[in-house]
Amino acid sequence: MTAQAVQPQQAEQGAEQPVQRRAIALVSGGLDSMLAVKVMQEQGIHVEGVNFFTGFCVEGHTQAIRKKDQDKHKRNDALWVAEVLGIKLHIVDISEEYKDVVLNPKYGYGANLNPCLDCKIFMVNQANLMVNKAREFAGEKGFDFVITGEVVGQRPKSQRSETMPIVSSESGADDRLLRPLCARNLPETLPEREGWVNRDELHAFSGRNRKPQMELARKYGLEDYAQPSGGCCFLTDESYSRKLQDLWQARDSRDYEMDDIMLLKVGRHIRPRPHFKLIVSREEGENNFLEGYKYRFTSLVTTSCPGPLALIDGDLADEEEEQFAASLVARYSKGRMDDQVTVELQRAGGVSKVLNVAPMGPRDIPDEWHVG
Amino acid sequence: MDELDVKKSLCPIPVIRTQNRIKEMAVGEELEVIATDPGALEDIPAWCRINGHEVLQTSQENGEIRIRIRAGEESVAL
Repeated sequence: MTAQAVQPQQAEQGAEQPVQRRAIALVSGGLDSMLAVKVMQEQGIHVEGVNFFTGFCVEGHTQAIRKKDQDKHKRNDALWVAEVLGIKLHIVDISEEYKDVVLNPKYGYGANLNPCLDCKIFMVNQANLMVNKAREFAGEKGFDFVITGEVVGQRPKSQRSETMPIVSSESGADDRLLRPLCARNLPETLPEREGWVNRDELHAFSGRNRKPQMELARKYGLEDYAQPSGGCCFLTDESYSRKLQDLWQARDSRDYEMDDIMLLKVGRHIRPRPHFKLIVSREEGENNFLEGYKYRFTSLVTTSCPGPLALIDGDLADEEEEQFAASLVARYSKGRMDDQVTVELQRAGGVSKVLNVAPMGPRDIPDEWHVG
Repeated sequence: MDELDVKKSLCPIPVIRTQNRIKEMAVGEELEVIATDPGALEDIPAWCRINGHEVLQTSQENGEIRIRIRAGEESVAL
């Protein structure tokens, strides 16, 4: 916006047009990255956003799956932020490369399976590669630097004064990485040294207090922004992380596929035996979602009464285990008080059989079977 | 007109696949995206507005969402 306002005036004066500097911003959809972009725009920088899909993003998926959430206003926060700010947004699927970040984080995990520091390094590195590529192909239409909404001292794992330079150097962005919200607490970067941005107009936010951000948002007239800050990634969730640990332990292999990490977001996960667990839907939306996986997993559903759909992750060794799993599923059906419930068991690929079982009682399912 | 089937994919995958396909299209070419995640009905038009592509028509029938898009200006170098 600023650039368009400036250019005609310069044309009139016949002055040589200064190059408008261009930045790529990591846009999560939260308030901090939104403000970081706005601060740059105020200084006449052209900003475009990039948002990364890791597979662990909370928004969207769970809303789309769970019926009770379906009436809520659905929006992708990153897209919404981009539209409010008037910037282009590129969404990149990094889910495959991201496995290495989750499985082998050089700087380890936070409180749960969140590799926040490695994640930030990875994302800044991706943005920096884009900057380099765009400079090579587009010259002056390329990009000059990367910005993030990081604030010193805000996040216990990744946003500390010691980690800020690590992100800069390990990502390869070095002094082309600018954090507009806390830049004045950090050494000068290239955009400041070159005079592309005015350091005095950058901020010196620090710590976990969110008031300065909220005040700045008010100043810019930004309302109705998303409030997640870290809460947008399932890896920061304790229950989710336990389910992922359990999956690795059960398979004796630290690995995952996209289907695995999607399924960990859905249903009750009950592991009565080391070699199989049940994923039991809790409501209609989850039921519909799990339906889509019947081609891959053995499934169980009550037919004599309404009840959940359950998938078996692992193998039921024999008929006894089939009966056992069926009576467990019956416990979560409307027929839990009945003497006998009919359950249909379907193998992946379609062969099905009917089992008549007595539902388990409330004490037959110990707490430790519940994963998460 | 080209079709892009993103049925059963959950957002933001439908947006990402739409974006990647449109990047390969020339200005003025059209694409019809077929999705099932109701989120696509908000997210894909939002993505189009942001990035300068035109949504010609949206429809929703029997859980199937169709979005017709005309590719706008060439995307950025990203």
